Amino acid sequence: MSDWLGHAMASPALVLMLGAALIACLPRWLHGVWLLVIPAAALALLWQLPMGMHGQIGLFGFDLTTLRVDGLSRIWATIFLIGSFLTGLYALHVDDRIQHVSALVYAGAAVGAVLAGDLVTLFIYWEATAIASVFLIWASRTIKAHIVGLRYLVIQVISGLLLMMGTIIHYHATGSIAFDHLGLATPGGWLIFVAFGIKAAFPLLHNWVQDAYPEATVSGTVILSIYTTKLAIYSLARGYAGTEALITIGAVMTIFPIFFAVIENDLRRVLAYSLNNQLGFMVVGIGIGTPLALNGAAAHAFAHILYKGLLFMSMGAVLHRVGTIKASELGGLYKSMPWTAAFCIVGSMSISAFPLFSGFVTKSMILTAAAENHHWIAWLALLVASAGVLDHSGIKVPFFSFFHHDAGFRVREAPLNMLLAMGATAALCIGIGVYPAPLYAILPFDVDYSPYTSTHVINQLQLLMFAALAFVVLFRSGLYPPEVRGLNLDSDWLYRRLLPAIGRGIHRGVATLRAKIVAGLGQLASLAEHWLTEAFGTNGAAARTWTTGVMLLWVTALLAAYLLLYY
Amino acid sequence: MSQPDARPGLFERTGVIHTIIALIVLICAGLVVAEFFYVKHPHFGFDGWFAFYPLAGFVAYCFIVLAAKMLRPALRRNEDYYNERDRQALQTPMRDDDHE
Repeated sequence: MSDWLGHAMASPALVLMLGAALIACLPRWLHGVWLLVIPAAALALLWQLPMGMHGQIGLFGFDLTTLRVDGLSRIWATIFLIGSFLTGLYALHVDDRIQHVSALVYAGAAVGAVLAGDLVTLFIYWEATAIASVFLIWASRTIKAHIVGLRYLVIQVISGLLLMMGTIIHYHATGSIAFDHLGLATPGGWLIFVAFGIKAAFPLLHNWVQDAYPEATVSGTVILSIYTTKLAIYSLARGYAGTEALITIGAVMTIFPIFFAVIENDLRRVLAYSLNNQLGFMVVGIGIGTPLALNGAAAHAFAHILYKGLLFMSMGAVLHRVGTIKASELGGLYKSMPWTAAFCIVGSMSISAFPLFSGFVTKSMILTAAAENHHWIAWLALLVASAGVLDHSGIKVPFFSFFHHDAGFRVREAPLNMLLAMGATAALCIGIGVYPAPLYAILPFDVDYSPYTSTHVINQLQLLMFAALAFVVLFRSGLYPPEVRGLNLDSDWLYRRLLPAIGRGIHRGVATLRAKIVAGLGQLASLAEHWLTEAFGTNGAAARTWTTGVMLLWVTALLAAYLLLYY
Repeated sequence: MSQPDARPGLFERTGVIHTIIALIVLICAGLVVAEFFYVKHPHFGFDGWFAFYPLAGFVAYCFIVLAAKMLRPALRRNEDYYNERDRQALQTPMRDDDHE
């Protein structure tokens, strides 16, 4: 193996970031080539790197390991780089240097973070993902995107600060900055857990995903959907595998976003809720922590990035052509955008885990692991959530945009590069579903699992087809909730409405208190003024004129006192 | 953007819609029949009951959709609830159905 491959410079993350620096100054016509060549080169480099810990450098007195290549980090870096290539293709037509640069820096930071062998390196890349990604939101160049971007950045930076504090406490407690299993036994471990939890969109810490992702640009949303949350899932798998609490957290994560997804009108926001629900499956897998469960989480993250990206791409194409992504306004687009519709359906079948599609061969590993370890409540939650996925991502997204009633839009099919990106992603979704062996081969642990047993295929089809039947029954009987415009309150209400209201209340209280104190002091002042006037005013005791006799008497008395004292 | 065609599209014809529904019903019926023809490997016991998965799919789906429907009145607000719309968007009046 060549010597240079062990150095910190031979990092796929740096390849992407240097590529981004070049895009910032290259002429526009070269962007296209560059957006595809850079991720491909980085992927080639990643697979040239030997397994093990490389790229040691010294920084702030710490010995950092910038390149840890093992089964877990390599599969994540691989799918991040594939994602970077596909989104590069999807965004080829975009004439916006800022988006291209931030997309590559963001992807580079995410790859750097999963390859980080220590917590300090992780922290540096962790913050870099936050800063690079916010430009994809601001690139929408609307006032709302500006506000949302700031909110997003604040939450991401809080996560970074928690990671930094946790790292410092962990270092003082253990004397090590190695990023291995951390666990919840120490305060540092808890802080880092919450830092990861924010980015993994744990329940009640989740709302930045649904707030920010739908406000990014068409390609920006696709890019955002790939990295940040899956980086957090990787970090949980690295630091907290087998932590029981994650099973409960993950099970709640799979269930509660579903209800919001069903009644949400913005289809990119529906997909953001759906993303949250899919993360729940991975979190449960990490919580179980057996090799099968961790393989399941890794494989599901791999498949998820592809099918979720595909769904966001298809909705992005609709937004690009039609100008809106509200389910209440759309319908009948299969006539204008048949290819996009077909690719969207492939994404829907994959996320719903139909046999022969990618979700089927990955999600089932997590469910099997839950069953084998007798977590029956979590298993039931995942089963119910699987039926929910069929509704919001399997039926709602394609049905209300491409079918349902014809909303009258007659637009052109998506641009060729978008179609190629969607086509390639769809091919990967089907390819993994039909022939999962190559994916299984790069999983962190040896795989002894075959998804295509008659029991599994029949049970999964029963679950999905009867859920589809339920949709038909509810829709035809008019019980299915109609798509209407509106905004649904979520946990962001707490910090967008409740917290400011409390702040205003405190402000009002303080202002009233201050007014009262000022009034009291005023009264005191006027009292003092009155007393001073009494004493020293023109008619006061001090201003009285005294006769010389009185003066003499006082002087005599004083001299007598003097005499007495010194006698 | 032009006016919609007078002729209904493929997926708007009643015959096609009915065929799709009939297909779903047929497949579901077939999947119930299939219960008799494979060996079950239940992990918990209840997952080995007859027609457990079909029932789970149907009931879970109905529960999710109807529960969400009931949640909607409590959660739904005007699109401009947080008052963060852009100036251009503010110029286009909201539609009649945009009540709280």
